[in-house]
Amino acid sequence: MIEFRKDYFADERDDDLNEIGKPTQRQDALGHVTGRSPYFDDHLFDGLLHIRCVRSPHHHARVRRVDISEAERMPGVVRIVLGKDVPHNLNTLLSLLDFGLDDEPLISDKKVSYKGEPVAAVIAESERQARDAVAKVRVDWEELPAVLDVEDAIKPGAPVVNEVYPGNRFVYHGKYDHQKLRFGDVEAAFAKADRVIEGRYQMSPIEQAPTETCGAIAAPETNDRYVVYTSTQALFFSLDTTSKLLKVPSNRLHFIGGTVGGGFGGKVDSLHEPMAVLGTMLTGRPCKYTFDRAEEMQVGAPRGAERWYLKDGVMNDGRIVARKFIGYFDSGAYTRLSSYAIIKGVGHLPGPYTIPNVYADVYCVFTNRTPATAMRGFGITGVDFAIESHMDKIAHELGIDPIEFRIINAYRDGDMKAHRRLAKNTALIECCHVAAEKAGWSLSPAARQASSLRDGGGARAEIPHTVTDEHGRVEGYTAGSYAQKKRPGGSRPQGTSGPAGPVAAQRDSIAVTPSASSPSFDAPPRPAPQPAASSPPRPAAVSQPERPAEQRRVTRFSSISGLRRR
Amino acid sequence: MPVKVESFDSLDGAARALSAARSARFLGGGTLLMRAVNDGDQSFDTLVRAVDPASRQVRSEGDGVTIGAGVTMAEVVAHRDLSFLAPVARVVGGPAVRNMATVGGNLFASSPYGDFTAALLALGARLELVGQGGRGIEIDEFLRDRERYVGSIVRTISVPRPRDPGAFRFAKVSRIKPKGIALLTIAAYLPQSAGRIRGARVAYSSMGPRPLRATAVERALDGQYLDAATIEQAAAVACDGIEPHTDGLASAWYRREVAAVHLKRLLTGERR
Amino acid sequence: MARKPLQFHLNGSEKAVFVEDGQNLLDVLRRGVGDLTPKYGCGQGACGTCTVLIDGEPHLSCLTLAETVEGRQITTTAGLAQGADLHPLQKAFMDNFAAQCGYCTPGMLLAAKALLDRNPNPSREDVVEAISGNICRCTGYEPIIDAILEAAKSRGFRQFG
Repeated sequence: MIEFRKDYFADERDDDLNEIGKPTQRQDALGHVTGRSPYFDDHLFDGLLHIRCVRSPHHHARVRRVDISEAERMPGVVRIVLGKDVPHNLNTLLSLLDFGLDDEPLISDKKVSYKGEPVAAVIAESERQARDAVAKVRVDWEELPAVLDVEDAIKPGAPVVNEVYPGNRFVYHGKYDHQKLRFGDVEAAFAKADRVIEGRYQMSPIEQAPTETCGAIAAPETNDRYVVYTSTQALFFSLDTTSKLLKVPSNRLHFIGGTVGGGFGGKVDSLHEPMAVLGTMLTGRPCKYTFDRAEEMQVGAPRGAERWYLKDGVMNDGRIVARKFIGYFDSGAYTRLSSYAIIKGVGHLPGPYTIPNVYADVYCVFTNRTPATAMRGFGITGVDFAIESHMDKIAHELGIDPIEFRIINAYRDGDMKAHRRLAKNTALIECCHVAAEKAGWSLSPAARQASSLRDGGGARAEIPHTVTDEHGRVEGYTAGSYAQKKRPGGSRPQGTSGPAGPVAAQRDSIAVTPSASSPSFDAPPRPAPQPAASSPPRPAAVSQPERPAEQRRVTRFSSISGLRRR
Repeated sequence: MPVKVESFDSLDGAARALSAARSARFLGGGTLLMRAVNDGDQSFDTLVRAVDPASRQVRSEGDGVTIGAGVTMAEVVAHRDLSFLAPVARVVGGPAVRNMATVGGNLFASSPYGDFTAALLALGARLELVGQGGRGIEIDEFLRDRERYVGSIVRTISVPRPRDPGAFRFAKVSRIKPKGIALLTIAAYLPQSAGRIRGARVAYSSMGPRPLRATAVERALDGQYLDAATIEQAAAVACDGIEPHTDGLASAWYRREVAAVHLKRLLTGERR
Repeated sequence: MARKPLQFHLNGSEKAVFVEDGQNLLDVLRRGVGDLTPKYGCGQGACGTCTVLIDGEPHLSCLTLAETVEGRQITTTAGLAQGADLHPLQKAFMDNFAAQCGYCTPGMLLAAKALLDRNPNPSREDVVEAISGNICRCTGYEPIIDAILEAAKSRGFRQFG
């Protein structure tokens, strides 16, 4: 049951919406209830071939030899594909956005770094025949020590999971082995805080588990094109990735998707489309490549594990004056989208609260686990769990009502956030009010009268003097572009298809510009512990405070490519 | 190798074919074996099946009921002579699984399946195998060395009917509501005489690779009144001699921790 | 590989196909006779996406050896509507927004039909039990349950059968 609380922020909008708030039939509902919605596998092709992969039983192993001689003679086998058959057998998904280095083969031929990593693909007349032939491929494995924990993976001497990043850490901005956030001076604030409260939180990987497993069917089309029916959630991503891996111009790829049997983020990794098209290129026949359920669970990329250490400096009256994060994202064996999840996550810190001193070091760590990818709000979910758990812990230790504790620290319109954007359209306080009301939770009159529209901005809009550091500096990567490794002559790596350099020079770092206001690491004036009921109401539309001119030049996060010019 | 299917109109014919083939399996309801076929299991190349109406009969005789091994869980739920087993069959899978899964197949199910077999074990069932006359074997003996019987066909399962229906208790523990795979199952048969438990049989499934008896618990219960003190003593030895396993549903540690809790709830009659 | 002739009734029409040894019913329905309404979800009996009715009772087509349905009546979602008239369950699923990605919907509809054919006045618990073998990953169980209860109440249900 949806309830619209139009009493909140009523003067910020015209209540003249025609669709929102009224049920509207989905355009695909009739197809769904008649079973006619066309999922990728609902396309029948004569002579369809089936692709199944030979997968690593080990978390980490060198591939000494792949012997396909017996498998090739199995009934129904049309072709066995190895890494050498992939035209450009190295990719990273976000290379399309010029973010990160190619680090993952489509079919591995030297080494496997997670359980289930493919080392060969059998193409056969039937699925069963493909399975039977897979069982006959002999792989000579040299098992290597595996590392399955993020903190173990970054210890000196840990097994190297991903040779492109020998420190088992993604390189940010070509400079650092982690993503930094520096806002104010947490250490000074800890020294002045009444209490310093620490916590450790972690989240296991979560499988998206769509009822339709990931897959794609490719077939030769007229005009020398390939048609691809796919379950992808990211059609052009998959198309471009296929184009890059197979060195096929994208105008020869005709991708058809749109009907997805549940995705939840798990259908963006573009593993199936290139394999299906490659099969079709090599055999001239329609090819289907799909996960079975066991593969979907073991090999399909989950939401990655996260571990967070939080350290808060708090005053006895409930104000948080400093918050420090050390975070580890378990990216699994390859980058996929975890590097980006961290950019997004760090932009979200320290949660929906105005805290004058914030520090974060967040690591994208490679381990011998299944590569992680997107899932509903990834980059945010894990750290929000950590933040809100920590908020409860602090409220408990200070003896303050947990909802009131949130209201005290909630950001308000006009506050400066740690990533140097002014908060607007904030509504945490009002959410707390409604949540408390629904739960029959009584709040103090002061908490009830607090508002997102009041007590924000002013000194709270200022960027504090910020202490910076070179901690975690790495060499060998070109500063000025994302983790683009130095190469002789400075040429771009072969085969990458992202936009070339012009924007790269601006993508320097999250360089912190001290504000024009007087340096200070004291907490800026805060609302009274119990927000003052007597404060004059601010106008509903908060006027943006004047920002120092130099601040406008600061590059800022965007939600897609990591950075953009403001 | 593609799977070959051989069909027979009697269990005896199927049993002969099964013993002649080197790597054949007998297909019951398909919920275990067709899954293996779909997975491309390379350990067998032949499915032997029988369309024998006798294997789907339920006969009530004396103090017990004889159930054909091909009787499905749905048929157990519906049969008036099997009302004491209906609550057990009802928690096996959803309706579609119950229309397919058979009592005989359940005897061969590995953890986390095999809840029904735990009930049969607690009740002290006897099995009749095709081709071994009417001798029959104790379910305990069958389970002890179950792999030996993979090439055999179970014809019937004879279950003593509990004289006091309240003496048989069963709990399937799952994390998923309304139902999911068991992380452990407990079945207990606690007949009483003059108020004291005589001949307790307590069985677990999913507390090891196959359903097994909790003999320490049985010893703690036998000869005692089913009171708070006895229940405490039984719960204290819930995992004595048991080595639970770790799988995707629960760790060995977790199973050991919660087994006593669930045993206690079962014995006190607490419903959750 | 041996190929065996198989005859059965699909949504009232007679079908005759050759099946391969070990082939499951889901594969025969989809590739053999071209009824794409039952879906593959797991191949393990865990998700209910491939549910079909065999002689009116729900079965998992992925775990049904195809040759065991000789002579039997199979109902799939393709057989629910009568011409342009949707089955009351289909209409109720639309009206109650009981389908999101739509992939579990055919299996849900058939599990629900099996229930209502047997029990025209089910309780909410009966409905929950009837669909307990069918997974919806878009978390739409409440609208699905509402839809099934609404279909049971609708006048059209009994006429449809």
